[in-house]
Amino acid sequence: MKYMLLIYTNPNTRMSDAELQAEMNAYWGYEEEVRKSGVHIAGEALQPVSTATCVRVRDGKTLTTDGPFAETHETLGGFYFIEAKDLDEAIQWAAKIPSSVHGTIEVRPIMSFEQS
Amino acid sequence: MTVHAQLEAVFRAEYGRVLAALISQLGDFALAEDALQDALVEALQQWVDGVPRNPGAWLTTVARRRAIDRLRRASTQKRQTVILEALEATVASNEDEEDDDMEPIPDDRLKLMFTCCHPSLALEAQVALTLHTLGGLSTPEIARAFLVPVPTMAQRLARARGKIRAAGIPYRIPPADLLPERLDALLAVLYLIFNEGYVATSGDSLTRAELCSEAIRLCRVLVDLLPESAEARGLLALMLLHDSRRAARLNAAGELVLLDEQDRSRWDRAKIAEGTDILDSALALYRPGPYQVQAAISALHAEAATPADTDWPQIAALYDTLAYFQPSLVVEVNRAVALAMAQNPTAGLLVLLKLDDEATNFYPYHVARADLLRRTNQREAAAEAYERAIALCQNAPERAYLQRRRAEIES
Repeated sequence: MKYMLLIYTNPNTRMSDAELQAEMNAYWGYEEEVRKSGVHIAGEALQPVSTATCVRVRDGKTLTTDGPFAETHETLGGFYFIEAKDLDEAIQWAAKIPSSVHGTIEVRPIMSFEQS
Repeated sequence: MTVHAQLEAVFRAEYGRVLAALISQLGDFALAEDALQDALVEALQQWVDGVPRNPGAWLTTVARRRAIDRLRRASTQKRQTVILEALEATVASNEDEEDDDMEPIPDDRLKLMFTCCHPSLALEAQVALTLHTLGGLSTPEIARAFLVPVPTMAQRLARARGKIRAAGIPYRIPPADLLPERLDALLAVLYLIFNEGYVATSGDSLTRAELCSEAIRLCRVLVDLLPESAEARGLLALMLLHDSRRAARLNAAGELVLLDEQDRSRWDRAKIAEGTDILDSALALYRPGPYQVQAAISALHAEAATPADTDWPQIAALYDTLAYFQPSLVVEVNRAVALAMAQNPTAGLLVLLKLDDEATNFYPYHVARADLLRRTNQREAAAEAYERAIALCQNAPERAYLQRRRAEIES
């Protein structure tokens, strides 16, 4: 099954340079592990929410606003897209994402549209 | 026993095992439940003349046929075709066999338990799903036990089943690295079901008693299937020992009777004996844990012929151990009460004193404090503590008890 691992973190979390460097190193390690294991399909980090744009089309008119639309504690900071045997395997990969120790990883199964 | 009651007893006993086997084969909760439902309806009509010698195998065979009917009717999705072919092969190979020679149903209930208690399901969904799939309790029965409207419960169950499939929750016994954590969750669900019945925060007592016996029955199954788990045995012992006091716990007016005022002749000796034996078998495995410690405490109470005979020093020591496994407010409050009995009320009050801040809204803290203050003759402080406890009390019999105590001080 395919799962999206959505990485939510608090953008106000203060980290020292050393902590930041340690987390980056942990991500390089994770990246290598997840690719080697064969479950990896894609994975990216996102620019901060301050760079986001929200787009809505209403009555045929495109409304473009500065995101984020709500004050949220944790924001989407990146994702991994994996192919895992089942939810337990997906949870194990989620728990290894370095940000899981201070943020939240949301594990979402991908919807499949079977052709009949 | 009427035919209907007899059938219901058979259904209850066989339901979980048959369903677990069907889910294994079909890979689909909803289809398995529907097919089993079809089989039960058929059994109701056919068993009036006599229950087959192997009702579980009968139900499984009929349910497989009904699953085939449903799959044939439903669609041509690829995955389902594979299952359909496998099913048809199984049914064909069983076709000529007599009832007695039917293959024994594989016992997959442990897989079903772990799937129902998967941590990605909400706790209330885990509880409902466990009672429904393993206990065979109907949706209205579970709704009544948890004081939830039937449609709400039906939706809760449907959502949980939907999530098992859509999120890919595995149907298996967890591998060794996950097993301890998942087993803890499973034991917690069984204990929650038991407590929901035992502590009776609300609801009618008949349904409540059923929850207790269901939790005990499921825990027995768990101990059979996972005999090496000391904590599963510990939980079974704990529930049996608690349940042994059920009849003595409420007086004729439905009010709570505390342990030291209970009529000990009304305790169920058979349950005490069984609980103590199971606890011994758990302790013999040398893997101590919080359920075993709590069962040991309960056993010490059960063994005392009168309240005065209670081995309070050992109980206080066991609460020290429990605080190590499961540090919590409730354990600290119980440790204080045990210490008060083993030494003196002041020793208990000293333990409670340390909790002051975190315990302001914790009901058992105020009950214990009121009692210890009363015993040290600090009447004014005791009356205040009773007042606080009464304000936090959720349960009519307990409130009546506290009001009686407060009236005694003031008289």
